[in-house]
This record gives sequence, C-alpha cells and structure tokens, in this order.
Amino acid sequence: MRADPADYQLVSPGNLQAVLSALAGEPAQWLPIAGGTDVMVLYSAGKLSNRKLINILNIPELRQIEVFPDKIRIGAACNYTSLRMHEVISREFPLLATAASWTGGIANQNRGTLGGNIANASPAADSLPALLVYEAELTLISVRGERRVAYRNFHTGYKKTALASDELIRDISLARKFFGYISHTRKVGARNAQAISKVCLAALGQSASGKIGDLRLALGSVAPVPLRLNETEQLLAGNRIAPSLIDAARRSVMREIRPIDDIRSTARYRSAVAGNLIAEFLEKLAAEGAKA
Amino acid sequence: MNSSPEKSAKCDILLTVNGEPRKVLAHPVERLLDVLRNELGLTGTKEGCGEGECGSCSVLLDGMLVNSCLVPVAQASGASIVTIEGISTHYLMNPLQETFLECGGAQCGICTPGMILAAVHLLEKKPEPDLADIREGLAGNLCRCTGYMQIFEAVAKAVRRRVAK
Amino acid sequence: MQEGHIVGASVPRKEGRDKVTGAARYVDDMVLPGMLHGATVRSSVARGKFQKISFDPNVNWNEFVVVTAKDIPGKNCIALILDDQPCLAAGIVNHAEEPVLLLAHADRHKLRKAVDAVSIEYEPLPSVHSIEESERQSTIIWGNDNTFKSYLVEKGNVDDVWREAAHIVEGEYFTGAQEQLYIENNGVIAAFKPDSGITVWGSLQCPYYVHKALMALCGLPEDKVRVVQMETGGAFGGKEEYPSMIAGHAALLAIKSGKPVKIIYDRMEDMVATTKRHPSRTRHRTAVSKEGTILGGEIEFTIDGGAYATLSSVVLSRGTIHAGGPYFWPSVRIRTKAVATNTPPHGAFRGFGAPQSLFALERHMDRIAQVVGVSPIEIRRRNFLKTGQTTTTEQTIRENIDLHHLLDRALELSDYAAKKNRFAVDNKNGKRKKGIGIAAFLHGAGFTGSGERYLNSLVGVEAGADGIVRVLVSSAEFGQGTNTVLCQIAAEALGLPYQGVAIAQPDTTVVPNSGPTVASRTAMIVGKLVQSAARGIQQTLTKAALLNDAYTPEQFRAACGEYVALHGALKSYARYEAPGDVYWDDERYRGDAYAAFAWAVYVAEVTVDLTAYSVTVDDFVALQEIGKVLNPVLAEGQITGGVAQGIGFALYEKVLWQNGRMMNSQMTNYIMPTSADLPPIRVFFEELGNVHGAHGAKGIGELPMDGPAPAIVNAVEDATGVRFCSIPLLPEDLFEALRNEPVEQDVPSPLGDSA
Repeated sequence: MRADPADYQLVSPGNLQAVLSALAGEPAQWLPIAGGTDVMVLYSAGKLSNRKLINILNIPELRQIEVFPDKIRIGAACNYTSLRMHEVISREFPLLATAASWTGGIANQNRGTLGGNIANASPAADSLPALLVYEAELTLISVRGERRVAYRNFHTGYKKTALASDELIRDISLARKFFGYISHTRKVGARNAQAISKVCLAALGQSASGKIGDLRLALGSVAPVPLRLNETEQLLAGNRIAPSLIDAARRSVMREIRPIDDIRSTARYRSAVAGNLIAEFLEKLAAEGAKA
Repeated sequence: MNSSPEKSAKCDILLTVNGEPRKVLAHPVERLLDVLRNELGLTGTKEGCGEGECGSCSVLLDGMLVNSCLVPVAQASGASIVTIEGISTHYLMNPLQETFLECGGAQCGICTPGMILAAVHLLEKKPEPDLADIREGLAGNLCRCTGYMQIFEAVAKAVRRRVAK
Repeated sequence: MQEGHIVGASVPRKEGRDKVTGAARYVDDMVLPGMLHGATVRSSVARGKFQKISFDPNVNWNEFVVVTAKDIPGKNCIALILDDQPCLAAGIVNHAEEPVLLLAHADRHKLRKAVDAVSIEYEPLPSVHSIEESERQSTIIWGNDNTFKSYLVEKGNVDDVWREAAHIVEGEYFTGAQEQLYIENNGVIAAFKPDSGITVWGSLQCPYYVHKALMALCGLPEDKVRVVQMETGGAFGGKEEYPSMIAGHAALLAIKSGKPVKIIYDRMEDMVATTKRHPSRTRHRTAVSKEGTILGGEIEFTIDGGAYATLSSVVLSRGTIHAGGPYFWPSVRIRTKAVATNTPPHGAFRGFGAPQSLFALERHMDRIAQVVGVSPIEIRRRNFLKTGQTTTTEQTIRENIDLHHLLDRALELSDYAAKKNRFAVDNKNGKRKKGIGIAAFLHGAGFTGSGERYLNSLVGVEAGADGIVRVLVSSAEFGQGTNTVLCQIAAEALGLPYQGVAIAQPDTTVVPNSGPTVASRTAMIVGKLVQSAARGIQQTLTKAALLNDAYTPEQFRAACGEYVALHGALKSYARYEAPGDVYWDDERYRGDAYAAFAWAVYVAEVTVDLTAYSVTVDDFVALQEIGKVLNPVLAEGQITGGVAQGIGFALYEKVLWQNGRMMNSQMTNYIMPTSADLPPIRVFFEELGNVHGAHGAKGIGELPMDGPAPAIVNAVEDATGVRFCSIPLLPEDLFEALRNEPVEQDVPSPLGDSA
C-alpha cells in the first residue's frame, strides 16, 4: 500500500445537489468515486494524483434502473451485479448483461459501476462496446442543468471524454428496439475470468435470406477509445454473406482499428483476433439468418 | 462547501462488524481492509495483492461480497460487515468450514478466509450451485496451493449436506 | 493397533481449524509494542556504481532509522553457499531492485514517502540480460567467466554412437522465469536485545537457513540468534533462501533502533525484488536406432542464475540429474552450467531445475518419435528404464517399477486411444482443434547424493506429563501438510490417537535442525526420523519399567506422568543415518543421486481455439507411483496444486523483462489460472513402497511440477502440427507460429464459395 490516507479527502454529502455544487465550486478538484474499483487500485499503488474524492455511491438518483415502454434508463452508479440481475437488461440487452458478468469477479461486480467505467474511459472496459452497438445515450448533469450526449460521441481520445469538469454522468439510456437482432459478444483475455481484455467484440445484426440488414459492430482494446466499426458496417450492410465478403470485412477491420503492443498483448495478435471475431459473428449471422 | 485543508482529519465512522456495532476513528479513504485489521484487530481478513485481484480480502458488506482492499471505509459507514471471524458462531463452525477441513480446501490457509466468504456468499445467492456456478462464484479468489479441485469438492459437499438436512 | 490406522488415513489438517476460522497467525497479524515498520531502498539500474546517496532535505531524517552497508556488524553477505550476495549493496549494484539502504519509522505512511525521498546516483555499467549474452562473455559480470557452476556427466561412449545411429535428432528448448506467487507476500518481524540477541519471526521454509545467515550478518553466536516460523501463506521455494535477506534487513534495523521492526512487502515489491524460477535453455542431440531406441546423446542444459550465485549450483545439479528422464541412455554426455545475468537472483521454485530439463526431454521424445515414425507412446515404451538398468548417473534402479504398466494405466484413465482417433477426425473441420499429449518422468526425493549426510538432520519427540506428545522439527508447514503427516507418523509409531500428538512451532530455541523444508524430503526423510524418535519415547518408558510393550493411551499418559515426575523432561532424538547402500561420487557426478525416485505419467487433453489462438486444458490425468500415500486428501491436494502451477508454467505465466526488471509486477498482469481456467485434474496413485522413507513414502511435493508443461505442449503440437519448443506458450506465440505454418483445413467453410 503506497498511499497515505491522510493526504486524501473523501467527502460524502449523500445528496445530488451538494455533489454538483462541489464539482461546480472547485472544478476539476473533486474526483467522483462510485464503486472504487478503478480509483482505489490507483490509490493503493500510490498513483492517484487527485487528492479530493467525492462519494457518489450513496446518491439515490444514480442507483435506479427505470424501465419505460421505449427505453431503459440505468443510473450511473448501478453496479454490474444489478445489471446482470435485471430482467429487462438480461432479456433485451444481452451484450451488456454478458459484459457485466465478465467485469472482474463477483466481488468487483458488486462494486464496479457502469458510469464509473464509462467515466474512467479505458478502451479495454468490457461494457463499452455493448453501449456503442446499443447506441446508448448519456445524461450529463451539473449545476447548469442537464444535457444528453450520444455515447458514440462521448470518448474523445485515450482516457478523454466529453464530460465537463463540473459534470457527472447521471444515467445511461438504451432504446428498447433490438428485438429480433442476432447478438454476439466475445471477450478475449489472458484467462477465463478476471482478465483485462485484449480484444472484445460486441455485435448486433439482422439477416434475412442470407442478406445482412442492420449491422452494428464495436470492438474494445483495439484503439485509444472503444470503437464502432462504421466503415466495416457500411461495407457489409445489404450484402450477402459469403467467404469473399468475410475476407473483405477482415481487411476493412484491420484498416479501421489502431491496436498497439502493450504489457498485455501485441498489435498483430489483436488485429488477427479482431478479424477472427468479426468473421465468427458473420458466420453466426449467416447460420442464424438461414434458419429465419 | 468551504475550501478544504490540505490534510484530511480522521473522523468517527460507525459500522456493524460481525453483528456488533463498532466505532472507528479513521481517515475516510482508509481501506476497509486496514480498518478491520489494524483498528479492529480482525486479522482474519488478509492482503494478498492490494488491487482487488486475489480476493484474500473478501468480506460481506450489507450481504454483498466485496474486496475490502478497494472499499474506502467512509463508504462502509452504517454498513453491516461480516468477516471470517463472524462466520463461525462461538465454537460451532459453518458447514463450509467443516467441509473445507474434510476435503482439503485449505492448504496454506492464506486465501481461505476470503474463499470461505466467497463460498458463503455463493450459497446465499445460489443454494444449489452446479460446478459451473461454483467456478464462477469463486473466480475472484485466487488459490496458489490447491488447484481449486478440493475447494470445489468442499463447496459441493456443503451443499449436499444442507440439502440432506 | 493395525497399520494404516492413522498413517494412510485422511485425518484432518492439524492446524486446519485455525485456518478455516481465520485464527491462524501469519507474520503480518502480529504486532509488538513499540514496533517500527521497515522498508528498503532499491537500485533503479541493472548494473552500476554509486557513491552518493542523497536525502531530500524536506524530510526530517532524524525521525528515521537509516541503515546502510556500513552499519552491518558482521559480514555483508547473505550466507548460503558462495556467500557472494551482499545484504546491502556497497558501491556497486548488480541487478535492478537490489537493496541499498534500509529505513524504519513508526508511521508506515511516512516511511513510504521517505523511501521515495532517497535518491542514489548511479554510474551505469554494461549489463547482461540473457543466457546468450552471458555466455558470449564480452561483458564479464561475475567471476572470470560469468559461470556460477558447471557439471559434466558422462556415461558410456558418446562419441561412438553417432556412426551407428539411423537417426540423429536435434532440438532446442526454452523455459521462462516463473514467479512463485504465494498469496502471502514475504514478511518478517525482528527484535533485538543486547543480552539475548536477535529474534526473528517470519514467513519462511527454513528456520535454520535464516539462523545461519543472521549469525554471519550480525556477528552473533548461535545462541544469540532465534528464528521462529509463523504460519506461512504459501512458499513453493520462494521462501527457501529469500527470507534470509528480508530477515537480515529487519534485524539490522532492529539492532540499530533497539526496537522491533516489521517488514512486509506489498505484491509489487515482492514480484520485482524476490526470486523466480531459473529460465533455461536445453539442447539435445540424440543418436537413435532404426527402431527408436536411444543409443546415446549429448544434452546441454543452461540456466540463468541472475546476479548472484545463491542456490543456482543446486538447481543446476537437480536439472542435470533429471535431464535424462525415466529412460535408459547407454551413453550420454550432459554438460550443464548456471550463468550470471544482471537480474534479481533466480531461486528455488518447486521442482528446482527438474521442470526445466524434463520439459526439454519430454518434448524431445515426441520429436524423436516423429523422426523415427512411431507414436509418442511407442517411443517411450522402447526406452523406459527397467529394474536393474542404470540412470544417466549410473544409479541402478532396484525397485520393481513397471513404467509400461504406469503408461498403460494412464492411457486407459485418459481414454487416450479413443480420443486420439476421434480428434483426428474432428480436427478436419472447424476452428477448434483438439489434442492429447503425455509426459513420463521421475523426481528424486531428498538432497542429492551425499546432501542428506551433510544436512545431518536431527529430530526430536517430547512427551509431556499429560501424555501429549510433541514433535520437534524445524520442518515448516506452509500448506503441504508437514504438521499433519509428521503427527500421523508419530501417533502411529506410539499407538496413540492422532489428537494425542502435537507439533511444536518451529523455533530454533526449541526444535533441532531437521534440515530445510525443501527437496520433497519432509515426509520421506524427516518422517522416518520422527518415527524413530517417537519409538525412542516408548523405549525409554519401557526401559524405565513404566510401560509394557503393549499399552493403552491411558497407560501411556500415566507412564509419561510418572517419568516426568521422576526424571524430568522426556525427550528422544533421532539423527539421520545415510543408508549403507547409497553411493555418490561428487567429483564425477556419478552414482546414486537420490535415495528414491517417484515415477509418473501425465496426460493432458487440450483444445486449441484458432479464433483467439488460446489453449484450454480440458482434462488432465495425473498418475504417479509415490511409495506410500500417507494422507490421501493431502496427497491429492499436493498433486492438483502442483499440476495447476504446471499449467500456469506452460500457458499463462510470463515474466516480461525490461532492462533486467520485471515489468508486469501485479496480479492483474502476471497471470495465474483462476477457478474458471483449470480442467478437472484427476489424480491416481500407485504405491511400491520405499525402504528409505517413513512407511514406504517417497517425496511428492515437487513431482507434479515436472509433467504438466511438456504434456500440454505435446498435446498442442498434436492439435496443430506446430512444433513449439518454448514456454510459456501464450496465444500471441501460437498466433505468430501459425502465421508461418497455417493449420490445414480439409473441408471448406460451410458457407460455400458463391457470392
């Protein structure tokens, strides 16, 4: 343990307005802490430069999951266990429910929050590709009011987001419109549990008579931000799935992604695996579509 | 809020530990693990990695399994904590502790408190887990000695024993 | 009392109740009044000279205890074998993270900041970071030639075999460093009083190693050094020699401050600064007959010892002796060496050289099979040692080991033949290839050759007035079952219930030196001495006419009570006696290397996923002959735990080095298997007995480390056709190899070709 707790403040006002006032009063001074599964690791390693922490885990508005006919709204401080256990999320947003089950072990799922992972903005976070394909929308709040940001515009660079220094993520909305989609997600890590991903795919698609309908592909850990594969989707949409198309898709994926060599893996491996995951999904789409 | 002093002061934090109300004087960001071990003398909870990977520090917080090395004690204010010391009642061991002994689930013992807490938590959520459930339930607790096989047996045996009753 | 009543039964772990209730006391659970915390300032360069140590003026250094090499009262070294490793660097560092300076303070947090406030200016020196660089000797970093030790084993006439050979098979094999990753980090508390000397409580395997090291370091006589082993949370060799270093540090701080000092490493420090398994390179050149029998061969085995000699000569020894495996070599030349690099010294880790040389050999056997054109099964059958034949060191195998039977049984248990056929068919399609592979091997228990004679182990058993018997050994419990097994043996020897026997906490003021807890020697060698010493208690009582030859536990208790009242303490000792028929020539490295070998055949079934290039072990059969199963649950636990570490060694655990420093020093990026990663590990035993071991037991602690890696990589080659010769075999490595040699797909993808 390499940090001195006396050097840190952690305040816990317990209500949303007080938190927002603090963030507004001293911009960029207060670091919100939810489950702490990212912040406390940095703290223990002596690498947490923010000295002022503000607790948001006990803010009730951030801990609800609300179901509406057309959408679901997940409070930013909802932990991964609550996502896994939620009936609508498991049934209608399986990519997210599955990603939640991959995020650390049970103990970390009981603490880690969706909003926390989004704000931490690691491109390796398991849930983020799912949010991209589900086209999530974030509600950001501050003393100035609230605004909506399409999740696809939220990450602006490596560990950089559209969050202003006085803002909090309040909730993540997902439109309930993915009935009948074929979904596929796979995480490739160093081991079967408790692994930071080397490559992670979240995919949704429609297929009828072998032709691709709406298609959404997102990858984690292959770029500075979680990446929606817009170009590859365009290449594929409306086409018939065939080996030549799959090959073309692989090449397109390789052009779109920006993997690196790092402590966990290599760029070449990531590229190859990314291509393999896409191919695997397209083969699944073809097989499922043939049944339809 | 006023502009804050450079160093934080310790503050009183009230929590329930193993059924007993406790008050600790601690910096709010102090790890729950350190508060349990150093302030409360409950050394059964162990530190193996300090980063939430090994699970040796697992405790129950309001019934939820958590890694206490990642919980700032301020967030445990008002919570009910159960540690390994709270798993046995006086001299009567929890069935899981019995089966860990019978099946060889503990070798060096350092992962054992956390592993038992994880198993207790698993059986509370899934009273009749299959092997896949057991593997998943314990995947956040690393054991370097056993290769896990006898831990799985211990959990399965505790389940059978409970079902038989 | 019938045989096997206690020995051979799965009696509960002696200290198990404390472990499952959280009552077990590990060193960090202990606090002494007035205790300070200690920390180490370490080198940031792999090799360099230094003169100036700067202390940040913003820190009030008067509050701190500061210790440098100059403060060492005795000899600045960690006494072990060559005594070349300093306790604190003086003017030169030879590896990153080498200890230079020690600090202590009552406040852990201030201490941490103070460590960061010390800066040392280095004049970097050229450094060496691989076996190849070291061998080249263009930069000499140790001795005259960077070589800690070398061995030459010669049998028969190697130079004559090549001309008769139908095949000459060559291969080169590599194994990487592996971190022991005990879940409890290294830790120690030291206290010093001028009249009584130094006391150290620690997480350790060998109290007397630490005792010896502290005597030399502190310049204290034997009776002024006391070492106590606390409950130890895993060791696997990582706490065999290293604790002498951390204990030395705490002792120096305690001596200087006059206060108790606790040093506990966090995970990052433990990973970067302490010992790991020696990386290795093995080269085989083997002359083989047309039928596939080995005519002879040359084996070159080299290990990377790191910056100081420490235990490398002994690791090398074991690797050398095991390099020929369970096969008959009519002629062989085994040339081995341990070389220096500017890395934290590598050290003991379960298996201790044998996993490295056996990995190479068992991979090589599969290669020989391919060249000869027979199956991996057949090639082994044609070369297995038989009773009456000699090993590479010309040790005659005297026991009736039937390796053919062991192999047959392993194949049956793993359903090998049926699976091999099924996989051959199934592998034609799809992205998942299955493979099955075997490894046959042996592991010698106890110290090599005359090592046990040199150790001269002494064991005590004591009986109290209350009839409770206490075993007195320096053998440490760290999960493997020392306490339980030795109590079982004593109880059985005395005809007492298991509950009537206890074991003393290893404390050098209380227990004699029964040798280090290493080399799979505890059950076999120390156990036999416990048996003798226990019988000695009975003999004493019988001779004193207080007990008949047959007696009840109550009568035993009464007799003890009487004896103690009349004569005082009732203690019996037994000292190791070398078996008369074991001969070892240390000069020519020839003869009876070990008193006993355990034998094994392991079978690994794998799936290679060509989407992620990952290998999963689906099923694992571990069959071994171990003399006698003293406690079935504990024995099985040793095997499953060892196999799990072997799986990690093969597929998951990689140390990433940069300038001689470990980069992935956290559990998040040094990957060991979780409960979700391991296959069912199915364990089976055979028992041939062993005249040299208690109740016929052989050592088993390290055996399971030798087989998994080669069995798995053999299986991966079976699945993919690619010849992997280096571990760990990560998905990235598999991917790179397959890029160059794609796996054949017989059948086109189900989609067809038309667009």
